[in-house]
Formats: sequence, C-alpha cells, structure tokens
Amino acid sequence: MKKHTLAVTVENRPGVLTRVTTMFRRRGYNIESLAVGATENPAISRITIEVAGDDRIIEQVTKQLYKLIEVIKINDLTDARSVDRELVLIKVKADNSVRAEIVQIVDIFRARIVDIGRDSLIIEVTGDSRKIEAIEDSLRAFGIIEMVRTGKIAMIRGGK
Amino acid sequence: MKLKGAEILLQCLQKEGVDTVFGYPGGAVLPIYDALYKSEIRHILSRHEQGAAHAADGYARATGRVGVCIATSGPGATNLVTGIATAYMDSIPLVCFTGQVGTSLIGRDAFQEADITGITLPITKHNYLVEKTEDLARIVKEAFYIARTNRPGPVVVDLPKDVMEKEIDFEYPEEAINIRGYRVVKGYNSNQVITAVDYIQKARRPVIYAGGGVISSNAAEELRELAEKRKIPVTTTLMGMGGFPGNSYLSLGMLGMHGTRYANYAIGECDLLIAVGVRFDDRVTGKIDTFAPHARVIHIDIDAAEIGKNVEVEVPIVGQVKEVLAAINQRLEAIESEELNEWHETIHRWKEEYPLRYGDSSEGRIMPQHVIEEVYSLTQGEAIICTEVGQNQMWAAQYYHYKHPRSFLSSGGLGTMGYGFPAAIGAKIACPELPVVDIAGDGSIQMNIQELGTAVQYRLPIIICILNNHFLGMVRQWQGLFYGGRYSYTDMSHQPDFVKIAEAYGAIGRRIKEASQVREALEEALKVKDRPVVLDFWVEREADVYPMVPPGGSLMNMLGGD
Repeated sequence: MKKHTLAVTVENRPGVLTRVTTMFRRRGYNIESLAVGATENPAISRITIEVAGDDRIIEQVTKQLYKLIEVIKINDLTDARSVDRELVLIKVKADNSVRAEIVQIVDIFRARIVDIGRDSLIIEVTGDSRKIEAIEDSLRAFGIIEMVRTGKIAMIRGGK
Repeated sequence: MKLKGAEILLQCLQKEGVDTVFGYPGGAVLPIYDALYKSEIRHILSRHEQGAAHAADGYARATGRVGVCIATSGPGATNLVTGIATAYMDSIPLVCFTGQVGTSLIGRDAFQEADITGITLPITKHNYLVEKTEDLARIVKEAFYIARTNRPGPVVVDLPKDVMEKEIDFEYPEEAINIRGYRVVKGYNSNQVITAVDYIQKARRPVIYAGGGVISSNAAEELRELAEKRKIPVTTTLMGMGGFPGNSYLSLGMLGMHGTRYANYAIGECDLLIAVGVRFDDRVTGKIDTFAPHARVIHIDIDAAEIGKNVEVEVPIVGQVKEVLAAINQRLEAIESEELNEWHETIHRWKEEYPLRYGDSSEGRIMPQHVIEEVYSLTQGEAIICTEVGQNQMWAAQYYHYKHPRSFLSSGGLGTMGYGFPAAIGAKIACPELPVVDIAGDGSIQMNIQELGTAVQYRLPIIICILNNHFLGMVRQWQGLFYGGRYSYTDMSHQPDFVKIAEAYGAIGRRIKEASQVREALEEALKVKDRPVVLDFWVEREADVYPMVPPGGSLMNMLGGD
C-alpha cells in the first residue's frame, strides 16, 4: 500500500496530539511515522503523519481528521512537489579495521560522524526516506547497535 | 460585575436558553450547586448520574434543543460515560458539565479525581478542561455551538473546583464564535443536486432510506414533500422513526435486521436508493455487497466523513438534509400518476403477502406485540415512545406507527439497556402535555430502575410497560437460533416484584397476565396525571422478533414472518 504524507495543521494546545493519534487507533489506521513541532505561528503546530493506505483510506483519514475541532488544515504532500526530510542517528560497530570504510560511506551519503567511541561511531544522516534506507543498508553489514529516526517532515516547494 | 466561576456558568447557561438541567451533586461541584440554589434554572435530581445523562439526552431528542447534565468529579463523571457514548453514537446534542478537583491537585491522583477529558475523548464531539475562570464563558459558548451545529453530538466541559470558586470581573462575551478548525456547513453542491433530480425523475423503482439525520435536521416536511411529489416509498432506520409518517401509504416501515420484508425487498429490487441522513450501519445493510445491488445511490448527509465510509455512492451531497431536500424538491417535477405503477404494485403485493404478524401464545400468555398494538391504538401516534434495548425495542419499532419526528426515543447506535426510562423522564419534562411511554424489558428496566425515585419526586406520569418474559429476550433469541438453544445466563426468573417496587417508590404498580386486560390497564394508566405507572405485562416467554436477517446475511434472505 502506498505511503502518504499528511501535513496536519493544528491548534497548539495540550491534548491535540492525543486526539489525532486516538482517531488513528480507534478507526484502525496505522501511523508509520509522526513528527510534531512548532510553526512560524506560536498558536499553531504542525503534525506530519505518514500513513499507508489506498486512496479511499486516505480520504477517510482526512475526513475524520477534519472532524477534530482543533485540526485546522490538512495537506496531502504525497503527490505534491514537496521536500521531505528525516533525521536519523545510527550507532554502528566500528573497530579500527573497518573505520576507514565506514567513513567513506558517510562521505558518499554526505552524512556526519557526530561521536566516536572506542568500538563504535554515531552517524547523523539527514535526507529523504530513500537516502536513509540506502545508508542503513550500507551500514548494516558492520552491525547497527542502535538507530533512531525523527519521523518525516515535509513542505511544499515554491510560493504556495 | 464581580462574579464567581459558578455564577458565570449559570449566566452562560441562561444565555444559551437553558431552563432545565439534569444532575447529581458532589464535592467538586459544590460551588455550582450553591449557585443553582438561588438560580432560576430548574435542576432535576436523578438517582444515578447515568440517569441524568440519559434524561438530558431524552430532553434533547424530544425538543431538538441541547440537553444539559451535571455530575461531580471522579465517579460522578465516569457514571456519565454510558450516557455520553449513547448520545455520541446517535448524534444527540448534549453539554455535560463535570466537576474536577482543583487545578493544583490535577494529576496527583487526588480524591475523586478522574481524567474525564481523556476518558471521553473518543465518545465526544469535543471536550474541554477549563483551566482559568477567564476562559469559562467563551468555552461554554463554544461547547453549545459545537454540540448543536453540523452533525450534533455531546461535548464535555470539565470544571475544576477552584475555577468555579474564583471571582473575576465578568462581562458576557457577545462577540461571535470563531473556531478556525470548525466551520458550520452551509450550502451544497448544486451540480450534485441537479444530478440527483435527474436520477430521481428517471427512476422506475426508487426507494428513500431515511435516518436520524432527517430528524436532527428537522427535515420531515421536506422529506414528505419529496416522497409525495414523486410517490417514492420510504423506509426508515430505527433512528429515522417518525421522520416519515408511519401510517402513510408510502411508508415501508423499518428496514434492516428486524425490518419489514417489504422494506428489505424494496431495497433489494430498487434502481435508485435515496439515502437521507443515514450512515449505512451494519444492522441496516446486512451483508454490504448485497445491499441495494441494482441501485444507483444518492447519499445526503451533513457529515462528509459518512460519505463513502461504508459504501461507494454515485451522488454524494454534503449539506444540511433540510436544505438539500428543499433544493431537490424545488427542481423536481411532480410525477405523472401512473409512472411508478408497476413498482407500487410489486410493493403492494409484498405488503399483502408479508405483513408484520405474530402467532398466538402457546402458553395462554399475552403476546408482547399485542401490548405495543394497544399502546398505538390508544395513543394514535400522539405520544412519545421511549424504549429500552432488545426485543422490546424492536417490537416498539415494528408495531407502533410513528407519525411525528421526535416521538420515538431509542438508543440506536450504542444499544444501551437502561436508556429508555431516564430518557422518558427527560422527554416528559420537555413535553408535559404528551403521554410518554417507556417500552421496557424485564432486564433493561432493572438497569436504571432507581430513576423511579426521580419520576415520583417530580410527579411525572410516565407509563412503563415492562414486557416481562423473565428472559434477556434478544440474547435468548440468538442463543436459540445460533447457539443450539443453550440459554446461557439469560434466564431472568429471579426478579423482584415490580409492582411492589413501584409502590415502594410511591408509583403505581400493576401486574397484567391476561390479554383481555391489556387495553384496560393502559387506559387506566393514561388517566394518571401525577405519578409514574409501572405495568408489568407477563408475556409469552419465548416469543421471538421476526422477521430477521441473520447477522451478516443478505436483506433478501429473512427468517420468519412469511
């Protein structure tokens, strides 16, 4: 099933995120990724939700979200000309014998090493889902100790 | 003017036109009750908070106004939950005020603290925790606005004790409500209306499937005009009862699981289905792929999320049912008299062949359907009928002909046993001039029987007809049909003496065991003007509700009643 990215503009009030996630749980939709944060307007927050589903499911999700009083606007960024990014931290096993090789991969993906341990490195990657999956694949062979993703955020290109 | 939070609350209620509230006091709402003590607002004291919630719901359904109830924090608030969920499923406008511990205690598991905004989140249209007295008036105003506009529903407003006690300089906020995430639906897509009109005029076998939206939108007149202008047969859902006169020649009665055969057959054969204020509930559609298989579907509803939720439709129209129907009617040409003759003949044949009917008692007992027929015969549709849930509810839907909107109050979506009696209290308070009858079962009535105290205190002449089969009848029926007749825990032979219970409360109680006494007992009960009457009809123990679409089956394959 196709993944959709919904940018949901909401009132910045306590409990709003619960209302949104409760709706997903109650109607049986699954959130693939979720990112919440402030916007240029302090009274408004932006929830970026990735959800898998066909057009009918996405239509229902959108309509049900609109029924929440504190939801102001929903944009489906899936087919829009949009920029999406996610930030990931990956802790990977890295003894001296493989360090050089890992550094090379990091360079290729324009990622950064943000911490060096005795037997491990922490790598910071920013990019779209494809890039993140690609670097994850490349590093898997060395042994990923821990990985954490922020969830995707997205924005429409141009003046809109 | 300096006012306390509680006084502001009551002022706001009066601004909303509230004259009656239903409630039950407690520690956290002491400031509110202190303000009520000197207020003009009438407070009806229930005997359990659930009773207050259902009574407010019954008041709302009977009048179309917003029902209001009050409960204290913790258990008071949680006791409202079933009532709130009932109203939510049936889209009934309620504003429920709950007490809350003081703001400094919230989150500390204080005495009688419950997170009621969290608990009611999935069963309210919206809810609020009021954190500052300064916000109170705006929030109350918004709560009423949200409850009654668009698709109505319950709103909970949680009121911490200190917010109610704090005194502030108060001026009522006269400015218009502005909620940027909530817009009242205005207008409709006129192209869709034009398509709908075209479909309706071309249809040879049209059926109108009307639901609760007709009633909440006050659109019964418009629906009738549409049906009569084109001579379209009308079937209603349980929630739509009274939305179209049940005694009209165009009425097919109820559809669905316990609908009439002719309504369900008409759905199966129709070429155009005009769905008005409905949500294609599973109890209505049966197996969804076989529902109206030959029909193009026009779906009119205020809630865009209902369109396409359960079925795909050709002509979706989002808007106020009343407004959309009026627009359709305006463009519609009256039918040439014989255009639909063939269709009417077919339906007439079904009606002749498969009328609602029931057999004689095998035990010489009263047939439960007979009680409902007598209630109809004596009140002729000029009464408010409330029901509990189960067999009593289905017989009340089948054998009484509802002529007016807001004359049938029943928990359709949630199916709440114990709903009918407290709802009858709310309805009687709203409409004292109308007879109010609760059709109950011996199981359901025991779920809120304590409200006899309320009905006696306020001298409400409500008639409670217990169809007493000493069983949880509907569950027993399913055990009989689908679980090999193993009546697991549905035998209710251990029951109190309902006559004595009525008398103990100061109501009138009477037991009726002979069919010949049914009418006379009802006639006597209808004469009582100052207290409730409990009529304990001992009915056929194993009477079943027929006809019936087995769960998940097709409407065309019904059991019984043939």
